[in-house]
Amino acid sequence: MTTITFPLPSLPQGWAAEKDFKPVDKAIKEATLERTIEPIGPHFLAHARRTRHKRTFSEDDRIQAQERAKKVEVDDDSDISEPEDPMTLALQAKDWKTQDHYKVLGLSKYRWRATEDQIKRAHRKKVLRHHPDKRTSSGKTDDDNFFKCIQKAADVLLDPIKRRQFDSVDEEADVEPPTKKQLAKGGNTFYKLWGNVFKSEARFSNKKPVPHFGDDKSTKEEVEEFYNFWYNFDSWRTFEYLDEDVPDDTENRDQKRHTERKNANARKKKKIEDNARLRKLLDDCLAADERIKRFQKEASAAKNKKRLEREAAEKKAAEEAKAQKEAEEKAAKEAEEKAKADREAGKKAKEAAKNAAKKNKRVLRGSVKDANYFVAGDASAAVIDAVTKDVDLVASKIDTDELAALAGKLNGLKLADEIKSVWKGEVEKLVSAGRVKESELKAFNA
Amino acid sequence: MSEMNTPKPDPDNRIAIGVTFGNANSSIAYVVDDKAEVIANEDGDRQIPTILSYVEGEEYYGQQAKNFLVRNPKNTVAYFRDFLGKDFKSIDPTHNHASAHPIEANGTVSFQVKDKAEEDAEPSTLSVAEISTRYIRRLVGSASDYIGKKVTSAVITIPTNFTDAQKSALTSACNDAGVEVLQLISEPVAAVLAYDARPEAVLADKMIVVADLGGTRSDVTVVASRGGLYTVLAAAHDYEFTGEALDKILVDHFAKEFMKKNPGIDPRENDRSLAKLKLEAESCKKALSIGANASFSVESLAQGIDFTSTLNRLRYETISRTVFEGFTRLVESVIKKAELDVLDIDEVILSGGASHTPRVASNLKNLFPESTNILAPSTTATAINPSELQVRGAALQANLIQGYEAEDINQSTHAAVTTVPHVTNAIGVVSVSPSGEEVFVPIIPTETAVPARRTVTVPAPKDGGDVLVKIVEGNTHIKVTKPEPKTQESSSKAAKVEDAEDSNEDSDASDEEEEEEEEKREKVWKIGTTLAEAAVRGVKKGGKVEVSITVNTDLSVVVTAKEAGTKNFVRGTLSG
Ligand SMILES: Nc1ncnc2c1ncn2[C@@H]1O[C@H](COP(=O)(O)OP(=O)(O)OP(=O)(O)O)[C@@H](O)[C@H]1O
Ligand SMILES: [Mg+2]
Repeated sequence: MTTITFPLPSLPQGWAAEKDFKPVDKAIKEATLERTIEPIGPHFLAHARRTRHKRTFSEDDRIQAQERAKKVEVDDDSDISEPEDPMTLALQAKDWKTQDHYKVLGLSKYRWRATEDQIKRAHRKKVLRHHPDKRTSSGKTDDDNFFKCIQKAADVLLDPIKRRQFDSVDEEADVEPPTKKQLAKGGNTFYKLWGNVFKSEARFSNKKPVPHFGDDKSTKEEVEEFYNFWYNFDSWRTFEYLDEDVPDDTENRDQKRHTERKNANARKKKKIEDNARLRKLLDDCLAADERIKRFQKEASAAKNKKRLEREAAEKKAAEEAKAQKEAEEKAAKEAEEKAKADREAGKKAKEAAKNAAKKNKRVLRGSVKDANYFVAGDASAAVIDAVTKDVDLVASKIDTDELAALAGKLNGLKLADEIKSVWKGEVEKLVSAGRVKESELKAFNA
Repeated sequence: MSEMNTPKPDPDNRIAIGVTFGNANSSIAYVVDDKAEVIANEDGDRQIPTILSYVEGEEYYGQQAKNFLVRNPKNTVAYFRDFLGKDFKSIDPTHNHASAHPIEANGTVSFQVKDKAEEDAEPSTLSVAEISTRYIRRLVGSASDYIGKKVTSAVITIPTNFTDAQKSALTSACNDAGVEVLQLISEPVAAVLAYDARPEAVLADKMIVVADLGGTRSDVTVVASRGGLYTVLAAAHDYEFTGEALDKILVDHFAKEFMKKNPGIDPRENDRSLAKLKLEAESCKKALSIGANASFSVESLAQGIDFTSTLNRLRYETISRTVFEGFTRLVESVIKKAELDVLDIDEVILSGGASHTPRVASNLKNLFPESTNILAPSTTATAINPSELQVRGAALQANLIQGYEAEDINQSTHAAVTTVPHVTNAIGVVSVSPSGEEVFVPIIPTETAVPARRTVTVPAPKDGGDVLVKIVEGNTHIKVTKPEPKTQESSSKAAKVEDAEDSNEDSDASDEEEEEEEEKREKVWKIGTTLAEAAVRGVKKGGKVEVSITVNTDLSVVVTAKEAGTKNFVRGTLSG
């Protein structure tokens, strides 16, 4: 019995179930697989006893049960069956370095994609078929050249380092860039063909996963990531497989060192060439990639659109400003005109008022004249002067409205008493309001 | 297979042993007082070469026959076990090159050897079945001599990919040798049983990898061990990375050494010299499993020239890199095939002769997490001798079933009994971590055969009270935490590996340095479907809750839960 350290949770508030047990799901049935347990050991013995209960199973039961059980051992070599061609069978062991190891093992459709398991099974299959000891016993020639080629192929392909060295120079696995003619087909060919090129180049990548080439539906980000990845490609491709053999014996040390140096330089050179090749591949692909053009067009269209929008906005703003300015000018002009008119009207009114006041003053003066200066007989020049002074004084003390009102009252009056009482009333009003002192008025108080 | 020949001893009178019958070696073991003992034959060998040799009508077997590979290869038959029950087209004769070659005769794989004394006698054509019978007769004879009674019956180990034809051919060969085959059991599971039968072993659910690295083949198997029931989840068989491949590397190495001193004489071109090289290469290899240095010495290796040399372990490990790394990749591949991760593996059992090699075990130790138990002599002091694991398991099984009628054993071992549903999701209970997260506690692990019953004890919350028992399905996934990115790391790694071949001694240290930069991988449980909820009420402060789950054959699930030490339990059933 196992003991666990973390505690169980407390029962949530309000949790309730009949007999404190709540079945939720019963999904376990789908979550099982029939397998075969090994009939070994004491616990199996107990299991068998329990299962059988004195019962004997029929042959049918066995077969059915066996068929239900998941197979652990599957012997299926259908994936590695490739016909052998006479050219390959005629290979000479001494030329092993130049042989196509995948072809020798019948894995040419897999190449760098072949799994280690496939290589092992393919090798075994070839061994069973071509082992020289078996051939001689069945009366065939004892030419074991092809068998040696098989062994060499397995040697190389089952050693990850040697395999990489071979894969590095396995031209059969290269996918040539598409020709103009191929691309002329149009449609999706561009993406399919270039996609295959990069799928094949991707085998050399240290970094995994390698982004896909995609198609015309790829987003700008995806395409950019693709080219970014490939312009910064981190490749394990090496070229020592093409090395010249270094002499094995110790005698010729100089010769050995010379060959080694030559090899090292050749590797370096090939690596540089390979990088350049990939670079060119990328440049060519990029140059022809409609997506890039489309993205550029889209980008410039977007840029243009912005410019037009900006210009329209500017124009609109200018127009608005102009209209506003005009409106302002117009309003100012109107205001000015109005002010001018007002001014003129005011002037006229003033003039009119002035005229009216003049006229009213004349009425005032006329009234005292009509009243004969409130004297009987001919009024003396002094009287006239004193009365006229008083009239002017009153007129100066009252505003135009009062003047008009006074003039109105006096207008048409001919009788001296009537005129005098109007004047009296006016003077009294002014004196009681304190606007005129009694003393100032000489004639009216006389 | 003739029914007539089948020995049918009375269960009460059986003397039953365990037998391994390999392409390279065979072994016999017998249980005395519940302990398996591996029997040494009359030569004192517990690893008895699977070889027969005829010299002047006299039959030799085991190590004596192996020694005749030098002087009498044509009449010596070796590496034939895998030919039993196969047609000529589908056998690999590679390993028979330095001994009698297999031929096709009367539609079966056969060998031509002179097994009669008369000078002018025609060589006999012996089918592989006949050779096997003769060999097993000798092998079992040695066991009878040791036990002092005639061995009547045996449990024999076979690879997991043996076909029905191979099984029945092996059974007949034994029957013809007068031996009843109690049961054929799979080699990796026999190895597991040898470990599980130790008195100190505790019954636990574990995921085991058995790496059986033999002479002509390496078989790696993933075995789910659940409550003492074993299920093979995946197996891989490899014929490239083997003990023989290591011998070949040493043969080539010493041949080149010899040629440096004796230009123009390639000892591999002469059959006899090659045979001597091979024998000495194998003992040199075995010596390097124990010591840091081994000597290599052959009298009159070629053209009468004696040859002596030495090899240290580091150099050996460097020149054998391809094979050692091949072993590791094979282990990785079978774990992948089982849809598991190295983090899922609790135990790695190294079995078979080549498993003695320290570097093989240490490479595997590096592949697995610290928590994985690597059972090999060089990594675990208490490990059982890898060469004896299978035969011990076979003897234990023989002891276990020898009292049963043959028909009874037959009925119990067939598919109607052995094919059972296995749960593909773990079933467990939800607990709460200190940070308040729900954590899955497995109770019944994946790949458990049903019926199955498991119980766990889980603490209640600190203050006790009413407790929720939530039964859920669970699954693991691997969480990968990437280290701080280091530029150019991968490319420099590749460059380092390439150089490893010539710069030997110091390559180890640099390997280790890089380990620190590796990403962190952990196995994390994910809680799946909730199956049921139950309440355990009124648990006392500091109390514990016992949860037990039973999955029945009809896939119904019974859950019981109670406070530990009390009698009141909640119980519920989910009908399947
Ligand atoms: N101590 C040791 N150190 C290294 N290798 C060893 C040691 N002992 C045995 N071997 C090697 O183990 C191989 C034999 O292993 P084993 O006895 O398990 O093979 P087998 O099961 O009979 O053969 P096969 O797997 O081909 O059927 C031989 O290559 C042998 O040299
Ligand atoms: Mg074996």
